[in-house]
Amino acid sequence: MYTDKVMDHFSNPRNVGEIDGADGVGEVGNASCGDIMKIFLKVENDVITDVKFKTFGCGAAIATSSMVTEMAMGKTLDEALELSNAAVAEALDGLPAQKMHCSNLAADALHEAIKDYKAKHP
Amino acid sequence: MKRIYMDNNATTAVRPEVIEAMLPFFHEHFGNPSSVHWAGRAVSGAVEKAREQVATLLNCSPAEIVFTSCGSEGDNMALIGSAEALKAKGDHIITTTVEHPAVLNTCEYLEKNGFRVTYLPVDRDGMLDLAELEAAITDKTILISVMWANNETGNIFPIAEIGEIARKHKVRFHTDAVQAVGKLPVDVQASKVDLLVISGHKIGAPKGVGAIYIRRGTRLIPLIHGGHQERNRRAGTHNVAGIVALGKACELAGAEIDENYAKLKRLRDRLEKGIIEKVGEVKLNGHPTERLPNTLNVSFAYIEGESLLLNFDMKGIAASSGSACTSGSLEPSHVMGAMCVEVSLAHSSTRFSLGHDNTEEDIDYVLEVLPPIVQRLREMSPLYNCKQDNCDNCDTVKML
Ligand SMILES: Cc1ncc(COP(=O)(O)O)c(C=O)c1O
Repeated sequence: MYTDKVMDHFSNPRNVGEIDGADGVGEVGNASCGDIMKIFLKVENDVITDVKFKTFGCGAAIATSSMVTEMAMGKTLDEALELSNAAVAEALDGLPAQKMHCSNLAADALHEAIKDYKAKHP
Repeated sequence: MKRIYMDNNATTAVRPEVIEAMLPFFHEHFGNPSSVHWAGRAVSGAVEKAREQVATLLNCSPAEIVFTSCGSEGDNMALIGSAEALKAKGDHIITTTVEHPAVLNTCEYLEKNGFRVTYLPVDRDGMLDLAELEAAITDKTILISVMWANNETGNIFPIAEIGEIARKHKVRFHTDAVQAVGKLPVDVQASKVDLLVISGHKIGAPKGVGAIYIRRGTRLIPLIHGGHQERNRRAGTHNVAGIVALGKACELAGAEIDENYAKLKRLRDRLEKGIIEKVGEVKLNGHPTERLPNTLNVSFAYIEGESLLLNFDMKGIAASSGSACTSGSLEPSHVMGAMCVEVSLAHSSTRFSLGHDNTEEDIDYVLEVLPPIVQRLREMSPLYNCKQDNCDNCDTVKML
């Protein structure tokens, strides 16, 4: 059901954890399927220098969270804002159809974290 | 890699004795049991022997057994067949919110066709209030349908007491005994049921065969119209090999019932105690004691069921989950919902259902492999060790 890339990110997720004193934190959830994703950012000169995640959810939720942290690392905030849920799913060689809507929220969580950063650093 | 199967409420391996019994009926004895010639005669005896084996297990007369293609067909036949047979008498059916979809979705179908259905709630342990059941009966009630044991939690319902209530009010009583048969003594006389459904693949026979007990004098409109098989109650050329297999599996189930119950309960209890002790923050879903001997349904706080199952699978352990992600819908299990299990715990509910082939070593292995998996997923979870103030998630999840 899952691609090899999804299983790789699910069984060896990158960047799990929290950042103490994070510059931005974003959290999104899907009420019906219950997934919760939280992204922590460290930002220097508008560049993401560290990113970590914590996720409650299924295999797809964990794999997309892991993938989005890899994709966001080192990007400028504006570049990171252009990352979409669809791009994350594509980078994982796709997700099962029924997961596209419920567990594919990682880019949204990243965008929330960037918004939080921007609100705190106007 | 080790392979440990703990999903026997989903399906079981066919027992070797059962395979041996059914094999001659594919090639050597291939006849149609309805034929009068030698080829048919050789086979009709085998079908009748299987009917006796099923009847012996359920304590009824062989004439009261009709073979079906599966448990779902039996439930459809009991509900739709009763509704059509009794529609002149009334239009009301009583069932529960925790039935298998074979009953629930059939009730919904009947509702679309003019029948009214009362779905009885359950308490937090998943049990019914029998006073509420009795109070729901009206002079328009034509059928009560309550499962003998629940497939997700293993909860056992007091079928004999419900049978008593149904008799007192002269209402027909159907029970889906798919999960009970083979794990508990099931006696249609003592329990006063009028209709009872079983399925082969839950008791060591193959998928695609089942049976329904129809108490003598209980009129049902057939679901499948056609030839005169099964005394006009269910058309279709018999699945002879499957029926022979079901008969053999029932014979084995009857012979081994005490031994099997004791063994399953011993293993399940060890698993349950071990998980609670070694993992912590675990919630048992279902009744602590009124439960099938083989079933353990637990929620591991802070983590989601599908991730857990995938991790088990990587270690060769097959179990199942009430998580939305494994149900094919976006909702977690309706049984967890009916028991008011808090949503994130419902998403984490995990069912271990033991079977004939499980051993003490299997339990040792699961108890060794499981705690680190749970710990790793918990450390990945934003709900675990959450140090934020006023966190909405924590209010509900931290209840354990
Ligand atoms: C309680 C219960 N009823 C009915 C069924 C349906 O049986 P079958 O798979 O033979 O259609 C099942 C099995 O999935 C079950 O657990």
